[in-house]
Amino acid sequence: MDIKEIMKPENQVKAKSKLLTDVPMHYCPGCSHGVVHKLIAEVIEEMGIQENTVAVSPVGCAVFAYNYIDIDWHEAAHGRAPAVATGIKRLQPDKFVFTYQGDGDLAAIGTAETIHACNRGENFTIIFINNGIYGMTGGQMAPTTLEGMKTSTSPQGRDVSMAGFPLKIADMVAPLDGMRYVTRQSVHTPTAVRKAKKAIRKAFENQKDNKGGSLVEIVSTCNAGWKMTPAKANEWLVDNMFPAYPIGDLKNV
Amino acid sequence: MKEDIRLLKGNEAIAMAAIRCGCDGYFGYPITPQSEIMETLMAEQPWEDTGMVVLQAESEVAAINMVYGGAGCGKKVMTSSSSPGISLKQEGISYIAGAELPCLIVNVVRGGPGLGTIQPSQADYFQAVKGGGHGDYKLIVLAPNSVQEMADFVDLGFELGFKYRNPVMILSDGIIGQMMERVVLPPQKKRLTEAEIEEKYLWATTGKKNNRKQNVITSLELDSESMEANNLRFQEKYQVMQEEEVRYEEYMSDDADYMLVAFGSCARICHKAVELAREQGIKVGLLRPITLFPFPKKQIAELAENKKGFLTVEMNAGQMVEDVRLAVCGKKPVEFFGRLGGIVPTPDEVLEALKTKVVQ
Repeated sequence: MDIKEIMKPENQVKAKSKLLTDVPMHYCPGCSHGVVHKLIAEVIEEMGIQENTVAVSPVGCAVFAYNYIDIDWHEAAHGRAPAVATGIKRLQPDKFVFTYQGDGDLAAIGTAETIHACNRGENFTIIFINNGIYGMTGGQMAPTTLEGMKTSTSPQGRDVSMAGFPLKIADMVAPLDGMRYVTRQSVHTPTAVRKAKKAIRKAFENQKDNKGGSLVEIVSTCNAGWKMTPAKANEWLVDNMFPAYPIGDLKNV
Repeated sequence: MKEDIRLLKGNEAIAMAAIRCGCDGYFGYPITPQSEIMETLMAEQPWEDTGMVVLQAESEVAAINMVYGGAGCGKKVMTSSSSPGISLKQEGISYIAGAELPCLIVNVVRGGPGLGTIQPSQADYFQAVKGGGHGDYKLIVLAPNSVQEMADFVDLGFELGFKYRNPVMILSDGIIGQMMERVVLPPQKKRLTEAEIEEKYLWATTGKKNNRKQNVITSLELDSESMEANNLRFQEKYQVMQEEEVRYEEYMSDDADYMLVAFGSCARICHKAVELAREQGIKVGLLRPITLFPFPKKQIAELAENKKGFLTVEMNAGQMVEDVRLAVCGKKPVEFFGRLGGIVPTPDEVLEALKTKVVQ
């Protein structure tokens, strides 16, 4: 890549977004959550919608997301964020609303709420962090855990004959008529981070003209849960997660 | 202004009263015997007129969480269901109580446990008044005994809910929900505007404006000292409710030797039983708790001083009778008569129970 392209203003790290608070994040070093939080804060700040945004945090590692991004929040019960967001958006249709959910929250206990909010075309944004594991509770098997992947509740590796197959939520919701934009991104390289930010921005912009739902899946690392160094986790992500969860747009209409 | 008098089912009255009281949103899921609430709202199309949102959710769980979302925005929001559906909502109700949000939940009770029956019952008394979901919390519980009270308690429920920032339940049953009676509908109130909500409810998630602190709707507090402080604050609030919000009705209790205690449709049956007993020269009165929490325990304790005995009548295996016994505190005998599984007791059965169990 040409140096001039890298020097473009949007690539320069001048300051922390004003929307990111000074509260030290509880996330493990190497975790993807911090990067995604930063991108969301930047998008909201750049769009100038801080006064008009209401977010919903999940149960999982991101339960305290409200401590880090300085906007109004609801903390939802496990898996219920899309239903809570439905209530918020239906009653305050002029607000920008998003949920921030992990794979246990969104793809296991909250599957029904996710599918039906998407099917109704609820005009909000779902940010879906898929790292294939339950981080907060200590590394148990998630619905998105890969075949053969070791977790604390699949210590011999996920046996699909017993535990079923990795659930591909983005593929499930993309065909729904209510959905307008479904994409899979990652934040493991600077280029990927820039693309992920564009995707988040697009999902937020979509709310302006009320044409349906947007879901941005971030295929992420959980180096603590995966029991790897952050660098090794990034390699493992590319070699193992991407083949199961390919990066790119699944729907953009 | 001329009164708006209608002949309505209890369920229909709930729906009409919701629109009239300026409710912002209803989220529900069909279940017998209360489906007319959402059906009436959908037929009335209040979104065309008052702007009220009506949405059929994918589940009871989703519906109560939509209520949680709307309530956090400072809106007047409600849901309704019947027993099995109310069980599903308990998680959300606990979160709403823990986050101290106002909302209205209507339970048109049917017989249980499990899928049970679609016939009327009062078997959800414990669930309604003792908390229901996990954690130490209370709902304000209103027990209507007529279609008129179904309508009136919608507005009252929202008023109390916002006064205390607490979920309120209307504990009705399949009789009150399904029967038709004359009802005077309240006049149309205006819904609050966004600006009014921002000014009135400083806690609401209306968007972080004018450099105010962010508003976070949550029941989470990992620090035990702070969580205990939250709990103590809730308990103080419930104590204030106990002191200030008790509602009840007495019928012919002044000269009575014996007291019937019953709520909701059972109180209607007991009303007749009082008349039958008095025709036979038995001096009986009736106390009808209207708020089941806060419970009229002081009033019952006072009655225990000069009455000879009590008979609690319920459509369950004996639930409110425990609260009556706590209030009477062993001073006088407290007996129970109930029918289960959707059977409605008759006034004659109540009179017979009174004679055999209580009258000396």
